[in-house]
Amino acid sequence: MGLMRRLSMVFKSKASRALDKAEDPRETLDYSYERQLELLQQMRRGVTDVATSRKRVELQAEQLQKNATKLEGQARQALEQGREDLAREALARRAAISTQAVELKAQHDQLKGEEAKLVDASRRLEAKIQAFRIRKETIKANYSAAEAQTKVGEALSGISEEMGDVGMAMQRAEDKVASMQARSGAVDELMASGALDDMSSDSDPLQAELDRVSTGSGVDRELERLKGELGASEAKSLDSGGKSGEDEK
Amino acid sequence: MILRILEEGQYEVPDEVLDALNTLDDELVAAIEAGDQGRFERSLAELLSRVRAGGSRVADDYLGPSDLVLPPADASLEEVREMLSEEGLIPG
Repeated sequence: MGLMRRLSMVFKSKASRALDKAEDPRETLDYSYERQLELLQQMRRGVTDVATSRKRVELQAEQLQKNATKLEGQARQALEQGREDLAREALARRAAISTQAVELKAQHDQLKGEEAKLVDASRRLEAKIQAFRIRKETIKANYSAAEAQTKVGEALSGISEEMGDVGMAMQRAEDKVASMQARSGAVDELMASGALDDMSSDSDPLQAELDRVSTGSGVDRELERLKGELGASEAKSLDSGGKSGEDEK
Repeated sequence: MILRILEEGQYEVPDEVLDALNTLDDELVAAIEAGDQGRFERSLAELLSRVRAGGSRVADDYLGPSDLVLPPADASLEEVREMLSEEGLIPG
């Protein structure tokens, strides 16, 4: 038997088992309706949770972008001051940040996809619950024992399939979000450990070194500039770095 | 026929499309039995796109069950195996 049919049978057997359990089929209708409303609530909370995770990733991405920009500036500043070692350090850190940024972008896209999927699913579920409520009241108003079983079964089979689908979708979304949270937690840890330094803090050693160099090396810089003007080839590149750095300001 | 793609919704699919779907369905089963993830992904993607192209979306408030059910687009082979098992992924 094909997969499509086997899967549909899994859903159908779950629905009919629920119906068999009830003494009065009408109770099944009310019970199912309550569960539908609960599921819709859960679903809405699920959407909020995914949105929260997405926003967290957005904030992290913003922070990384800020750090990358700052490191670029620091690299430039270091070159102006002839400190290629510091520039190299800044660029290496920026490269590490870029790798993380790519990862975050992928996470963000995935979270957006999950969010949209859950929003769509809750819209469908809501429409079905409303249709079910009307059907349920009609069945109860015209209740005759002989046909109740069939009618209740008909009303329930579709919605229970939907509920199974939605329940599974939520579970899978939660799992995905959890694994992403673990990964974005890792970004926070990297930042805390200094591997992806949070450049907004005052204790940035790279910046401290740059500040020290820039205040203490006024003479050196003038010297480099003079060398540059005299056409010393090594100093030349440093000088041009200095000029473009000044344009930035 | 009414066909559900899990996490996507229900489609009404005309009978003439079914033959092609069944062939792809067999291919999917073979991929699952072989435990071939790549082949599984390719046949699932192909099957789902045929359903989307050949079928039309059923109204959100339609209450009927589906004749056939298909895994979500990003399902792994392992997840589909679990769905088929008794305690599987499908709650209820």
